[in-house]
This record gives sequence, structure tokens and C-alpha cells, in this order.
Amino acid sequence: MTTEITTTTNTHGLSRDELLEIDYYLRLTRTLEDRLVALFRQTKVIGGLYRSLGQEGESVAAAYALEYDKGDVVQPLIRNMGAILVAGAKPADVIRQYMAKGDGPTRGRELNIHFGHPAKDGFIGQISMLGDMIPVMAGIALAGRMQKKNLVALGFIGDGGSSTGAFWEGMNFATVQKLPLVVIIEDNGYAYSTPTSKQTAVKTLADKAVGVGCFGETVDGNDVLAVYDAARRAIDRARRGDGVTLLEVKTFRLKGHAEHDNAAYVPPELLAEWQAKDPLPRFERVLLEMGFAKKEDFDAIQQRVRRDVDTATDEAERSPMPKPEDAARGLFKGDGYWE
Amino acid sequence: MTETTYIDAIRLAMIEEMDRDERVFLIGEDVGSYGGAFRTSAGIIERFGPGRVIDTPISEMAIVGAASGAALMGMRPIAEMQFIDFITCAYDMLVNFTATNRYLYGRDCPIVVRGPAGGGVHGGPFHSLNPEAMFMNRPGIKIVYPGTAYDAKGLLKSAIRDDDPVLYIEHKFLYRRIKEDLPDEDFTVPIGKAKIRRKGKDLTIITWGAMIYVADEAADELAKDGVSVEVIDMRSIIPFDEEAILESVGKTNRVIILHEAPLTGGAGAEFAARIADKAFEYLDAPVKRVASLDVPTPYSPPLEAYYLPNKDKVLAAARELLAY
Repeated sequence: MTTEITTTTNTHGLSRDELLEIDYYLRLTRTLEDRLVALFRQTKVIGGLYRSLGQEGESVAAAYALEYDKGDVVQPLIRNMGAILVAGAKPADVIRQYMAKGDGPTRGRELNIHFGHPAKDGFIGQISMLGDMIPVMAGIALAGRMQKKNLVALGFIGDGGSSTGAFWEGMNFATVQKLPLVVIIEDNGYAYSTPTSKQTAVKTLADKAVGVGCFGETVDGNDVLAVYDAARRAIDRARRGDGVTLLEVKTFRLKGHAEHDNAAYVPPELLAEWQAKDPLPRFERVLLEMGFAKKEDFDAIQQRVRRDVDTATDEAERSPMPKPEDAARGLFKGDGYWE
Repeated sequence: MTETTYIDAIRLAMIEEMDRDERVFLIGEDVGSYGGAFRTSAGIIERFGPGRVIDTPISEMAIVGAASGAALMGMRPIAEMQFIDFITCAYDMLVNFTATNRYLYGRDCPIVVRGPAGGGVHGGPFHSLNPEAMFMNRPGIKIVYPGTAYDAKGLLKSAIRDDDPVLYIEHKFLYRRIKEDLPDEDFTVPIGKAKIRRKGKDLTIITWGAMIYVADEAADELAKDGVSVEVIDMRSIIPFDEEAILESVGKTNRVIILHEAPLTGGAGAEFAARIADKAFEYLDAPVKRVASLDVPTPYSPPLEAYYLPNKDKVLAAARELLAY
């Protein structure tokens, strides 16, 4: 099956440097995850490995539209590593998390990209109960308003996660309160093995906005500039005090749920169709066509990415494992563990 | 000193803390202009405005989740459950998100979740819960359960000032039945400290919440027979005052643990196990527990009366222990 793929060519005021910086984060995400796959195969990753292959574009573009110096906060799901890299997460910390090292952000207590502090880091990782972060992000937006910070909270949810009660409670509360919240709802085809058609009967996930009365919009999630534009408009709306947006990004998970999952339930022709829509080459093609970059620019970015990922890997590999007896510490404030 | 009801102690603690610290705010269902289903927040929105007293949809996950998110940003929310039974709707958020902030990520999440608990008012199966044991086995949330107006005020202030999440359980039966003279100046009650309510040497009753008054009645009755009963009001369930328990057991050698939640898997089971583990040689008799029946709280007054612990059940247990 052949589908014509058209990609937005409006750069929405992004400078050449910014466009190349977006490209850096796209390549960083993909290369870092490739490295994690290698580490996983060397059994150096302790638990599962959950890739964002195919979803790097929307993760990076949406997070790039935030303004972290204003206190904006992004909340990724497991397939939005690109978003926290944009917000400032260190690749070495991501690897430390996957390797359960003792000097990672959670000191070996939590896994993968479940980390970050909304006020200190500008991002906060999810917990595994999908939907729970939407009320939390509403609270972050609420605090921002109370503290007169004019910040925007941007969270991710998926076709699966938006089936939870917590998602609806959080969306409804935030909309009633007109909080500065943007929720990116990803339709990536599957929640583990369950296709979106078995997850919901809405025609398109943006229709869920109707149920709470917030703004809803759908955008091609593999078109980096289109996502940036839509996210930017939603963020501006939130910052103006005009309320919540549910922004649907149509994308596709190009790997299984995790490395152990071969995704045999995905029809090969569907996978092929989406592989042709890979957001990275699409974005770079636009930069080339519009004269923002030459092939050598991408080679230089890839070299920088490779260097950064190599350095991060070395740092993380040198990191110590946690001390076993530390498992008993740090539950409440005052025992000196975190202080 | 001012004579203050248990419910006013809670209301005044919130007002005084909101006065003291602008980061403190109240969020829940009907807490604003209505002043709370029990009037616990009466007058608070008039004083502090809708920016700090937030009426929410019927969404306990959203209430606790939003309060937790705001707390991570440096606020000090008080999240009200209209009845504590509805905390079960927010259980996931509390035990998986709120409770894990420090241990997993080193983050302060200073929220207080509070609400009316307990039976004796014919609230039926969904308005009578005693939730403390539900949270004891999910580390990361402190649990307090005051039985006096003094402790209601002092523990709520401590809970609001604490840098960790606190579940503050208030007993609705006590709201307007208990009145005490409270100091006019600011005071707090430390979390984690029990109070020896009555000193004694023959038998210890370990209890909390509204059951402290049942323990009092039983102790008065036993005093007539010349039996000297020590009553310990735990006040804090997590962390709990193990030292106070062990010290009393070392002195009286006989223990009843009295609580209003059902018997099996109740907080009393943990306290009994600690005594068995750490004070076995001091015991002259088995550790006895008096608690509610292992059924949902029934509605009809005769059923509820049979279900709940009372003076006679405590006396029967005490006489068994004394005769052992």
C-alpha cells in the first residue's frame, strides 16, 4: 500500500539554530535508545526496555514548544524520552536509571525515565498506573497559578492510558478550573497488544475533549513542525488563561511494547506504512529542501550525538550500584538519606 | 483557654495554618461556600477566598492527585475526603504516587488528606470506614487519628507542617460530642507519640480514635473492682510509638488492643505482633484484641451496635485476661 506523505514546510518562526537543535534531540533520542538496546542485549539493563522508535518526533517537538525558564513542566510517558532530553535530562542519568545504578536520579529505586522534579528539573516522570499523572499535572498547573508563575504544564497520555478514570478526572477538573494544562494524547496504534479500536469507540482521540469541554485538535504526530505548531498554539492558549487543550498526535509504535515483545500482532503492511512515515527522515528532508541544512550538517550532529552518548555510557557504566542496606532508608524526611 | 469542640479544633487548625502560611490551601468537594458537608470548613472561604478554598468535581483521584502535584511545587494542600470512605477512590493515587515521592525520588510531597471516619452514627457501609490498616502496609504515608479536641488541633497543625504526606483521620462521632478547653496560643502535638491517657498497673488498653472513650468507660468500671487500668491513646498509627506500648506492657503484663476497624488485618494485629516479638517475656496472659466484626459496617442501629466494640466487650476481654 502506498500513501502519499506530505510534510509541513512552515517553520513557525523557528531559527536555523533551533531547527538544528530539534534535529539534535531527535537523533539523540534515537541513538540513546539504540545504545540502550545494545546494553540490554549485553544484559546490562536490569529490567525491561521500552523504546519510543517512531514517536521521537512528537515527543521532541511538543517539549520544544515549552519555555522552561518560565517554569514550564513536561511529563513524559515511557515513549517520550525525547521530551525530557529537551527539558534537560542528562543521557547519563537515563542510562543509570536503566542500569539501576546507585547514583542515578532515583538511586536505583525506580526504573527507566521515571524520574525528575517538576520545580527543579522542569519534568516529572510518570508512575506506571496510567492516567494518574493527569491529575498530578493539573495540580502542578494549579500551583503555578497560585504562585503567579504563569507556567504551563504539558503531559502525555496514550490511546490506552486515556481509558482510565484518573485521566478523565484530571482532564475534567483541569478544564473546570481553566488550568494552564496541555495534554498530548498519542494514538500510536497499540496499547501493548491491544489496538486502539479495542480501546475506545471514539472516531479519533481528540473527540475525548468533547467529554470534558476542553479544546481538542488532531495533528500528524510524525510531522515534527506540525506538532511543534499545534503544541505551541495550545501552550500559548494555556498561558493566556484560556484553558486546557487535548492535542491528539497520530503516530505509530515501530517496535513492540518492550524489547521482549516481537509485536507479531501488528500486520506487516501496517508497520511498513508507518516505517515510511518515520518522523526523522521526514523532518530532515524538509530542512534540506528549505535550505536550512546540508547533509554535512546532519553528519556533524550525528557525530556530536554519538560522542555525547558514548560519554554518557562511559559515565553510567562507571557508576556504582546502590548499597543494599540503603533500601531501608529515605522513606520519610529526617533520616539523612536524601538531605 | 477556650472551650472548643473536636470539629472546631479541626476548623481552627486549618484557619490558623492558612493564616500562618500562604502555601496552605484547602481542596475538596463542597468545602467552599457550603463550608463542608459537616461544616468543618465553615467560614474559611469567606476568610481566604476561592483561590485558597477549591471546590472540586466529585473526583477523589483528581483531588488527591492535584493536591500532590501542587505539593511537589511547594504548596501545602489539605485535601478533604467528604467521608473518609471515599479515600478508596483515591487509593491508587495515594499509595502509588503520593506515598512514593520521597522514597523513590527524594521529593517533598507535603499533603494532608483528611476526612470524617468511623461508625456509631448509622452511616451504613459506605460512610463509616476506619481506613488506617489499609494504608499501614503501603509505606510512605504517615497516619494520625486523634481522639481529643486538643490532639485534633495539635496533630492537624503538625500534619500540615510535616514535609511528608499525612493521612489525618477524624472521627465524625466526636465532632460535636467532645469539647475541651484549648490553649489560645499556638501548639502542636508530635506525630509518632502516644499519650498515656490514664496511668495504671494491672492491665493496658491500647487504643485510638473514638475508642478511647470506650476504654475510659471500661477502665472506670474495672476501677470499681480495684483493677488499675492504663489507657494508651496511640494518636499516631504510622509511625507508631512502640516504646510507649512496650513500656506499658512491661509494667502491667496484660494487654487489650481496642480498635474500631474490623479485627482481621487491623492495626491491632501489628501492635500485637510487636508485643509478641519484643515483650513476650513480660506477658502474663495472651494479647487480646477487641475490634469490630469482620463484616461491612451494617446500617440498622441494633446491627451496628452489635458490630462495634463497646464497654461490655472490653470488660469481658479484661476479665478473661485478669483470670488467666
